[in-house]
Amino acid sequence: MATPVLDKAEAGATASPYITVTFRIRRFNPELSEDAVWEDFRIEIDPKERVLDGLHKIKWDLDGSLTFRRSCAHGICGSDAMRINGKNRLACKTLIKDINPEKPITVEPIKGLTVLKDLVVDMEPFFQAYRDVMPFLITSGNEPTRERLQSPEDRERFDDTTKCILCAACTSSCPVFWNDGQYFGPAAIVNAHRFIFDSRDEAGEQRLEILNDRDGVWRCRTTFNCTDACPRGIEVTKAIQEVKRALITRRF
Amino acid sequence: MSETTTKGIGEVENVSLYDVDNPAPVIEPPRKRTKKTPKATRGNFEMYGWLFMRLSGIVLVVLVLGHLLIQLVLDGGVSKIGFAFVAGRWASPFWQAWDLIMLWLAMLHGANGLRTIINDYAERDNTRFWLKMLLYTATVFTVLLGTLVIFTFDPNIR
Repeated sequence: MATPVLDKAEAGATASPYITVTFRIRRFNPELSEDAVWEDFRIEIDPKERVLDGLHKIKWDLDGSLTFRRSCAHGICGSDAMRINGKNRLACKTLIKDINPEKPITVEPIKGLTVLKDLVVDMEPFFQAYRDVMPFLITSGNEPTRERLQSPEDRERFDDTTKCILCAACTSSCPVFWNDGQYFGPAAIVNAHRFIFDSRDEAGEQRLEILNDRDGVWRCRTTFNCTDACPRGIEVTKAIQEVKRALITRRF
Repeated sequence: MSETTTKGIGEVENVSLYDVDNPAPVIEPPRKRTKKTPKATRGNFEMYGWLFMRLSGIVLVVLVLGHLLIQLVLDGGVSKIGFAFVAGRWASPFWQAWDLIMLWLAMLHGANGLRTIINDYAERDNTRFWLKMLLYTATVFTVLLGTLVIFTFDPNIR
């Protein structure tokens, strides 16, 4: 059984896994210029690596001033949402080979939020909307001495929306949010949904009232951009529609 | 270069206007949410607006397609339309009611749709207010004029 080893050695000698990829990155540095510009970087990279690896390569080897957020680099912390080839994704969950490396890969900051530097945006308005829907358990009466138990069916009701990592990919893909930052945005509604449909929570009515407002769920135009953008596969538009339905059935 | 000198910062050509202590202005998104953003108001106006769009839409599909079919396709098509044709139709209360309902639903449906678009896209408070005032004036005028004509229509007018 020596043949496979031989094959492997031969293949390794002849074909390198590396290809040359152009990263076209939207650069903005307020300390240098007021204009944002596109800058191209050509790097050698294995197409099975991720866009985040490419950004690391650029930052570590080519241009240390390239600025972007990332923490865990494994799709859990939600720091590195960016607009890659015109679509909001997590740089750490996007493989180079999946986004046509023959053409330049464009990387931009997510839209609808203030760009502070390169790919870093001011997330404060996003988190303000999140805080405004009261994303925490609200109950009345004495605290139980043990866990608040819940049936698997009750848990299943809001399972989809517990997956949110607050990366802002959905909210910053929403055309209503681009034009009016007062709109709560999909992420805040998803996190309200998580508590509205939780059988242990008692403030669903309050949250529904908040989302019934001018800037709440009725501004959703059902464009499904958020569902397409969500790196966690949450059916965001469906969650928004469920909140709408809850609001209507509550009244009639 | 002229701009550089007027701002009085860069003395030499190609020197950036901005540095660490004097960064360029960032571009803020329109109407961003802050701590001071007004809290929720009570009231179901937006919900009723949303529901009205769905329900009136369904009714309008029947009314408008029926209207177009009768006016433009059946029985001679568009060439038959004239003063006499309209007078004949409006002699019947059924067609009066049809046209009246269609007028009101279509105008309110369209006005609410435009209100939504103005709310979404007009960034400045003033622009938004005046565009909406223009919209409401036009809607009220058209609806009232149309209603007046349907109710006071006189086939023997000279």
